[in-house]
Amino acid sequence: MNSRAKSNRDRLPLEGVKVLDFSIAFMGPDLTRTLSAFGAEIIKVESIYQHELTRVSAPFKDNVAGINRSFVFAVMNTGKYSITLNLKHPRSAEVVKRLVTWADIVVENFAPGSAEKYGLDYEQLRELKPDITVLSLSAQGATGPYSMHPGYGFNLLALCGFSHLTGWPDREAAVPVGAYTDFILPWFAIAAILAALDYRLRTGKGQHIGGSQLEISPQFLIPAILDYTANGRVQTRCGNRSSSASPHGAFRCRGDDRWCVIAVSSDEEWETFCTVIGSPEWTKDPKFNTLWGRKDNEDELDKLVEAWTVFFTAEEIMTRMQAFGVASGVVQSIKDVVDDPQLKHRRTFQFLEHPELGTHICENLAFRLSKCKVEWKRPAPCLGEHNEFVYTKLLGMSEEEFVELLNDGVFE
Amino acid sequence: MTDEKGWMCGKILSELGADVVKVERPGGDPARDIGPFYHDIPDPEKSLYWFAYNTNKRGITLNIQTRRGQEIFQQLVTGADFVIESFSPGYLSGLGLGYSQLSEINPKIIMTSITPFGQTGPYKDYKGCDLVAMAMGGFMYVCGDADRPPVRISIEQAYPIAGAEAAAGSLIANHYRILTGEGQHVDVSMQECIAREIFMELCFWDALREIPVRAGQCRRRMTAYQRDIWPCKDGHLGFRILGGRFGAETLQALTEWMDTENMAGSLKGMDFESLDMSKMTPAESDELENTLCQFFLKHTKEEIYQKAVEKNMLLCPGYTPRDLAEYEQLKERNFWAELQYPELDTTIKHPDGFLRSSEVKCQIQKRAPLIGEHNEEIYGQNLGISKGELAHLKKEGII
Repeated sequence: MNSRAKSNRDRLPLEGVKVLDFSIAFMGPDLTRTLSAFGAEIIKVESIYQHELTRVSAPFKDNVAGINRSFVFAVMNTGKYSITLNLKHPRSAEVVKRLVTWADIVVENFAPGSAEKYGLDYEQLRELKPDITVLSLSAQGATGPYSMHPGYGFNLLALCGFSHLTGWPDREAAVPVGAYTDFILPWFAIAAILAALDYRLRTGKGQHIGGSQLEISPQFLIPAILDYTANGRVQTRCGNRSSSASPHGAFRCRGDDRWCVIAVSSDEEWETFCTVIGSPEWTKDPKFNTLWGRKDNEDELDKLVEAWTVFFTAEEIMTRMQAFGVASGVVQSIKDVVDDPQLKHRRTFQFLEHPELGTHICENLAFRLSKCKVEWKRPAPCLGEHNEFVYTKLLGMSEEEFVELLNDGVFE
Repeated sequence: MTDEKGWMCGKILSELGADVVKVERPGGDPARDIGPFYHDIPDPEKSLYWFAYNTNKRGITLNIQTRRGQEIFQQLVTGADFVIESFSPGYLSGLGLGYSQLSEINPKIIMTSITPFGQTGPYKDYKGCDLVAMAMGGFMYVCGDADRPPVRISIEQAYPIAGAEAAAGSLIANHYRILTGEGQHVDVSMQECIAREIFMELCFWDALREIPVRAGQCRRRMTAYQRDIWPCKDGHLGFRILGGRFGAETLQALTEWMDTENMAGSLKGMDFESLDMSKMTPAESDELENTLCQFFLKHTKEEIYQKAVEKNMLLCPGYTPRDLAEYEQLKERNFWAELQYPELDTTIKHPDGFLRSSEVKCQIQKRAPLIGEHNEEIYGQNLGISKGELAHLKKEGII
């Protein structure tokens, strides 16, 4: 083994990449924590007057609110430095200049107009650092008649079409999990940032990237959109039904609110499924022989399947079905997910020590790189925890200057 | 080389400028049989589902189960930067085309594998699909009405989420390759992708050992389940009752509007700055909710949205795919790409690139490939296979 290969093994893919992070809530923080996990250095800029939104998001340690007590903030901000800087202070501009000079990438989701006001829009940033890459995230984009309208993932998921497509056709629309449109955006933004880093290495140029929840969300609904633009059909929510599989749904199992899912696509899979459930008489009815027949009689079919599943636990159904290669799974609660043997094997959930939360769970990423380990360097920062380190060590301010600016209220 | 599980990964790379070649089995990817279809005519060349996620790509057919097919595939890998696949774990290794084998041919290759549960572990050979990932990842347990079975989102989400995570992972691996010259294997689990989407539930479990459950239009917040989806005259709205810094302005404006129609009820005179939903009794919050519901039901989602925009209220309409396709904001921003479909003698409106860059165009330029559309171009021009041999390969069912 030569020494070069040895040293590569210790390298993280993003080591040396410096990110200045003004973003709040979910989409920005989620993507910068991922960059951090692969070695990038992230400075999260907050202020004691306007700290990150999720610092006040429940749940809190012992149900007691506090700016360093939110589990939401802790999971979303693992591995970052936190500094406080009052952007409204007249002397903040000189500090911003040094931060930007330090950075390769700036991430922001300011309300429309605020970036310009603080000197943090792309035009002003590139004057400070010509090859800077700026990622601006927004609800509906920086231009257009609705660009100024405020929105967060919890209500944008309705505008972006997800609630319309969640639930039952004869009922009100239901709400998908979380701030859904916040959660699905980061992967696109990470891909874009890495492409921009590659571009800068090849051309020496930075760039401004704009991403919005409104424009990334349709990427998850394209078949339904094309069904409208090409066929004029407006798709609506359909429970768990699928045009290409039947049975395809969640079925009640033994126990309190326990469910399994089963998905049968091909006629061959149907035959296997029938064998697994012991080939009861009704499975011989020729109307169930083909996918189209099963689709036409699906309400009846679902009842017959459930009349079988209720006698077993969801885990038993999954194990039996999977033993014969039929797609099936347990509808897992969060407790089941945390205890899931497959996710344990992948170390999906890891533990970190946080000064105020104690030991808490942090999530791994959903991909593994065979040569690069994910590294959670430190827990999420307390507000302003790294002021002295960042200002003096990373930016190289003298002690005197640091103290002077501190006393002047710049770091509030 | 992926089926529907991984299409999004290549789609993202293609919009960032990569030349993505879709390798299908002779006769085409079986996922071409999934609807909806153009004008509802089932045909592997008319699947809108296929069209949706394979734009910008070139397409070839290749039978990698034959010796010659494997040789050709290895030749392709020699000149490639990424291989994206979604076969069952171990399948490609069995054909001599696994990561360790391909990395001997091309040490710089990045292989990205997208599977239901990942490459290793007790469930690695389990069969999965979107529904199974949504169930096993914990999404469904908290989604849907309490008196009915748990639901997924009605259109596949685990696939595009896994594809998008795969693209991010592949490009992180690419950055490592730039630093070190080495490729590697990227292992993506659909179940794990979904488990990451339910991180609010994870927080409630970790902090309070509480298991959030499905509650229709409501979600676990602070100390109670609060409504996020509200019915209105012709559909629904996305809205949450919030006091203080984020919600007071919205509630104030709403109350003033409701009052002009004598429908403000108990909202009138309320101090929204100090409103704390977690301190309300269930009877009080129900009353508040009912008053708002009564008012929303009198108005259409567009009426309410226009007023929300005018008064800066944190509130959105619940849009359908048609509403999105006709939304003025997206039109103004030139979000739609009219793609040519000469074979169908038509154009179809697609969502264009997922973001904007000041330097490069992140765009969709062409429709998804037909079956084997670029066989001659890629096998002939890129690999230098003669016309005669191409005809032979076709006859033998290799391409």
